[in-house]
Amino acid sequence: MQPKPAALKILDLVSLIVLGISTYLALVFAPTELVMGDVQRVFYFHIGTAWTALLGFILAAIFSVVYLIKKDLKWDRLQVAAIEVSLVFFLITIVLGSIWARPAWNTWWTWDPRLTTAAVTELIYVAYFMLRQGIDDPDRRARFGAVYALVGGLSAPITFFAIRLFRTIHPVVIGGTNPEADGGFSMTADMRVAFFFALFAFTIIFIDLFWNRIRLGDLQDRVEQLKLKVSM
Amino acid sequence: MFFQEPTPDTSGYMIAGFAVAFIVMALYVASIYLRRRNLDQDMSMLQELDKPVPPAQTAARQPQKRTPKSGGKKSTKAAARKTRKKY
Repeated sequence: MQPKPAALKILDLVSLIVLGISTYLALVFAPTELVMGDVQRVFYFHIGTAWTALLGFILAAIFSVVYLIKKDLKWDRLQVAAIEVSLVFFLITIVLGSIWARPAWNTWWTWDPRLTTAAVTELIYVAYFMLRQGIDDPDRRARFGAVYALVGGLSAPITFFAIRLFRTIHPVVIGGTNPEADGGFSMTADMRVAFFFALFAFTIIFIDLFWNRIRLGDLQDRVEQLKLKVSM
Repeated sequence: MFFQEPTPDTSGYMIAGFAVAFIVMALYVASIYLRRRNLDQDMSMLQELDKPVPPAQTAARQPQKRTPKSGGKKSTKAAARKTRKKY
């Protein structure tokens, strides 16, 4: 068993601490939004997870390009790790958005451009893992995965810009306004502190999980290689 | 101010949201931990199988030659003496 690097152990601990602080800021420090009430507090985790998930999908597309150029399986492992962690974070984003939508829009789900593109993005990456499961040859699996992740990576910016390009009821809280939006609000100074800290905290948590997942992928590959060696 | 609507109580949704976030993250961390533990077990088992067999064990595994029940030089001499007495 390979021991965990000290830096990763520290990062695990820091991740737990920043998650705790971010939860405190969201639940206690930030003021209650007057129109929507306490449910608005999920906004900090909703945006934090969305930011890291979309970043992870774009990172995976970059790793795909590097894999296709260098043909080194190390880049494939990085790509898988980035997509897996992002998929989990994006699931949290979607579920939190749905929970927020119920009191704000009076519905759990609506086929609005932002919600639709988000759901499509999530499904694209679920299908990515199904595709990989169906291919045995590691090189072929990595090549197909890289091309798929590269094309799938386009869905991340489309999802991000959906509220800025199309008519939608999803509010644009940062960097713009949407007159059609329902459930928007303007942030106070304390809300901004909680918001930016949540972005920072989820970035740290993402890096930590990403690193742990890369180590798992390395071990998986070594076990596969040893299995082949023993069976010969 | 007189016509301002009171802030609705949506704390139930907030609790549900945070619960979902923490549960999903905890499940993912647990899945990484369990997959790692299983792979570590597989790895140690495969390393055992892959170890080169030491020569002592190799000899032990080879079929052994039959030896007389009471082996050694003494017993051989005694057997020869008995034979001489007989004939």
